[in-house]
Amino acid sequence: MSDTITKEQIFKPENIVYKKTDLMTDNVLSYCPGCGHGTAHRILMEVIDEMGLQSKTIGIAPVGCSVLAYEFMNVDMQQAAHGRAPALATAIKRLLPDKTVFSYQGDGDLAAIGTAETIHACNRGENFTVIFVNNGIYGMTGGQMAPTTLEGMKSSTSPYGRDPQSMGHPLKMTELVAQLPGTYYVTRQAVHTPAAVRKAKKAIRKAIELQQQKVGMTFVEVVSNCNSGWKMTPVDSNKWMVENMFPFYPLGDIKVDGKLVKEV
Amino acid sequence: MAKVKGDIIVDIEKCKGCEVCIDACPTHTIAMSEQVNGKGYHFMQNVHDACTGCTNCAIVCPDGVITVYRIKV
Repeated sequence: MSDTITKEQIFKPENIVYKKTDLMTDNVLSYCPGCGHGTAHRILMEVIDEMGLQSKTIGIAPVGCSVLAYEFMNVDMQQAAHGRAPALATAIKRLLPDKTVFSYQGDGDLAAIGTAETIHACNRGENFTVIFVNNGIYGMTGGQMAPTTLEGMKSSTSPYGRDPQSMGHPLKMTELVAQLPGTYYVTRQAVHTPAAVRKAKKAIRKAIELQQQKVGMTFVEVVSNCNSGWKMTPVDSNKWMVENMFPFYPLGDIKVDGKLVKEV
Repeated sequence: MAKVKGDIIVDIEKCKGCEVCIDACPTHTIAMSEQVNGKGYHFMQNVHDACTGCTNCAIVCPDGVITVYRIKV
């Protein structure tokens, strides 16, 4: 009977059903409470762990909140200049084609200063995986407006909301790169609920598996929250993300096996 | 029907009290503690025995502080 089960009987190594992967280091994550970066880091490392690729993987850390990703991911990492992660990943993948290479970038890095590098790397069809964490704001520098900030969304540099007349329209990088011939698998996922995390993990696994087949660029966007930049509690920011971000950034596969599966 | 019983161990010093796990728990087993950890955050803890070891809380935890155990009874 369940009443007779003691804690000692449950807390045994053979009963563990989930624990943090060893590929995440024991350092305390530098992210704000509730930030999606931690979950995105963890599922990426779980995929690398499950595929047994720890010693064969090289990651590129960006500039932004996840600039210290190399402190948390227990694989070989290289820090890139702001926005230049796809250029650096291209070099590493071409010099060491047997390694699994991923770049981990935020929206300020990938969609603003690194737009040229991203688009050209995708257009060349380089064989690496891009993990693009999109939270619609520059989180690290204090919540300024990013290219991905939604129309009407408030940030510290658009305090009355983003006005597309003077500040331009939000940029859908994932739909943009899906139209390029060099990309093979392009998808948009999220990490706010257990179901979404499981789906995102499957997508990352598919992307890393496709990379082994040398088919072209695989691109996984993770729509994430920025509760401190959005000035909300983590749970509220996840709700806000579902209500406001997902209508503009709909989740799901955009390009599978080199063919667009969604109108862009 | 085989019943399962689960339990969790929380690394309370690394918990940042974001409450995302509480939203994800289907059995409402976890809640924030009254105490704070060394960083001043309230941390999450088990408040009753309904845990089924579904791992939802651990999967959404951004800081990976939760270890889940499960046995069949």
